[in-house]
Amino acid sequence: MTLCVLRCNKRIQIKELALKIIACIKQVPDSEAKVKAEDGKVTWGDAPLVINPFDEYAVEGALQQEEALGGTVTVLCIGPESARDALKHALAMGADDAVLVSDAALTELDTVGAARVLAAAVNKIGGADMVLFGRQTLDNGSGLTPAQTARVLGWPMLGLAGQIKVDGGSVTVERVIEEGRQTVNAKLPAVLSVVQSIGEPRYPSFMGIRKASKTTIPVWSLADVNTAAPAPIVSRVELMNPPTQEKEVEMITGESPGEIADKLADKILAEKVL
Amino acid sequence: MKTFVYIDHFKGEVQPASWEAIGVAKSFGTAVALVFGTDLDEITKAAFEYGADEVIVVDDSALTDYRAEPYASTLSALASSSSPDLILFPTTARTRELAAMSAVDLNTGVLTDVAKFEMNGEQLVATRPIYEGKVLEKTVCSGKPVMATIPGRAFPKPERVAGTASAAGTLTKAAAKTDALTTVQGYSASESAVNLGDAGVIVSGGRGVSNNPSLTPPAGMDEKQAEVWRAQQGFALITDLAALLGGAVGASRAAVDGGYVTYAHQVGQTGKVVAPDLYIACGISGAIQHLVGMRNSKVIVAINKDADAPVFKQARYGVVGDLFQIVPALTEALRKKLGK
Repeated sequence: MTLCVLRCNKRIQIKELALKIIACIKQVPDSEAKVKAEDGKVTWGDAPLVINPFDEYAVEGALQQEEALGGTVTVLCIGPESARDALKHALAMGADDAVLVSDAALTELDTVGAARVLAAAVNKIGGADMVLFGRQTLDNGSGLTPAQTARVLGWPMLGLAGQIKVDGGSVTVERVIEEGRQTVNAKLPAVLSVVQSIGEPRYPSFMGIRKASKTTIPVWSLADVNTAAPAPIVSRVELMNPPTQEKEVEMITGESPGEIADKLADKILAEKVL
Repeated sequence: MKTFVYIDHFKGEVQPASWEAIGVAKSFGTAVALVFGTDLDEITKAAFEYGADEVIVVDDSALTDYRAEPYASTLSALASSSSPDLILFPTTARTRELAAMSAVDLNTGVLTDVAKFEMNGEQLVATRPIYEGKVLEKTVCSGKPVMATIPGRAFPKPERVAGTASAAGTLTKAAAKTDALTTVQGYSASESAVNLGDAGVIVSGGRGVSNNPSLTPPAGMDEKQAEVWRAQQGFALITDLAALLGGAVGASRAAVDGGYVTYAHQVGQTGKVVAPDLYIACGISGAIQHLVGMRNSKVIVAINKDADAPVFKQARYGVVGDLFQIVPALTEALRKKLGK
């Protein structure tokens, strides 16, 4: 009996010291891709699908905390089978394990729906001390999912964290906003979105790539995470390419920088935009 | 149609797109401005002067600092009790969280960065950029209220009519929700406030800004330090021109990644799409993300030493030349002609 209590206490203690971190990622077409609307669909030619670049900062932030305080980093992704590659990238960076949530019923998922599925998956994993996101994705770009996941979980939201410091049962972040930097604190567990100031994401190491190739990535269905497919509230009705705006450029030339500048200044003033 | 317009402010400084949102709301019907925080008299007065039919003020010490949870709960409670059809926000770091959370509470959705609204019968259809603006989508929200955020300068700002305050509209005071889960412990202002979204003029620099061979960096710098030092001298020229025109300083991703200026200056890539009246690109070759981020500008001027640079395809006026000579000469020429 006594032994059991001691063991339990020990386990609790270990759990308190070691952080359990989940980094949520998405797979998107590479930023250089020539993305177009074609026949009502978004296409990107043969451009590669990659881990959303903003999410690499979330993985980097998670790994920094794991290095500082010990613990585990799990990467979590909703997507098709091909999204394994994005998870493997995060594993190669140093994450401990990965989970893919994939289900045929997830054809149309808006951000509230994604938040509900992610929150269900976080619970299925057994909760966490911190769930980290990138600030937004390159595809939808709305940046709503982190705060919506926090709201569904009922956890505090610390958005746009450029620095993260965990101390005991709380986390303090330096929040990078247009007006400057704010120091904000919350009790754990918390949801964070991480921005570029956290530091450049590390490159996958050779060892990391080998480890990632051997790691088994479980695929969970919606039933596995005990949720149904959320009905989309926001939906797309039309897809368009932006109007092509190639303009006839007027080149300004002259004998000297002064003459060019003088002509250019006249042109700008004639546009009446100042 | 009744629209709530959330007036976003930081320590009393209102994001101008909040006023633009009042203009959009008026075009649909009744505009009810929501003002949260403390010491809100000035903002309330301005909301009426920009045309709000009603202002709901929630003045509570629990809302002194913006914090996502109590702000979202306060908004959700107001929306539940007075059932607006639409809630509009200017797109900012705060409203993305606030709208996101409130949408979960109200089981509705948020259409972000809307560039255009149209009605299809009873349904509001919003056009918004996706894939960094490479593609546009028309979206609808089946929940109620519909929530939408608008970027700066996408819609005309209504004229401010002084003296209309409170005489015209109804002022309601409402209670705050105080379920704060976070504590704000400190704040430091940016060294230079960067607000590209609302700037009428943007002068931007790219990688080319570090390529001035005629500069000799101070002794003892390594190659990278020398590059950054050169770029900072170049950005000083850009800053001079921006300051003369009352504009903001922008940068390409290459300039930000090179460490020449901070991330806050970056145009493109982060979804930071700008649309000033005048955009001057200096030493920027024109990667697709950058072009997508600035091509809605009214007049684009490109200065680059490479005549084949893609940036010239988006420009109204182009100069093939050395930006280190052209930019200061342009600053001087405009200073004279503007009589400044």
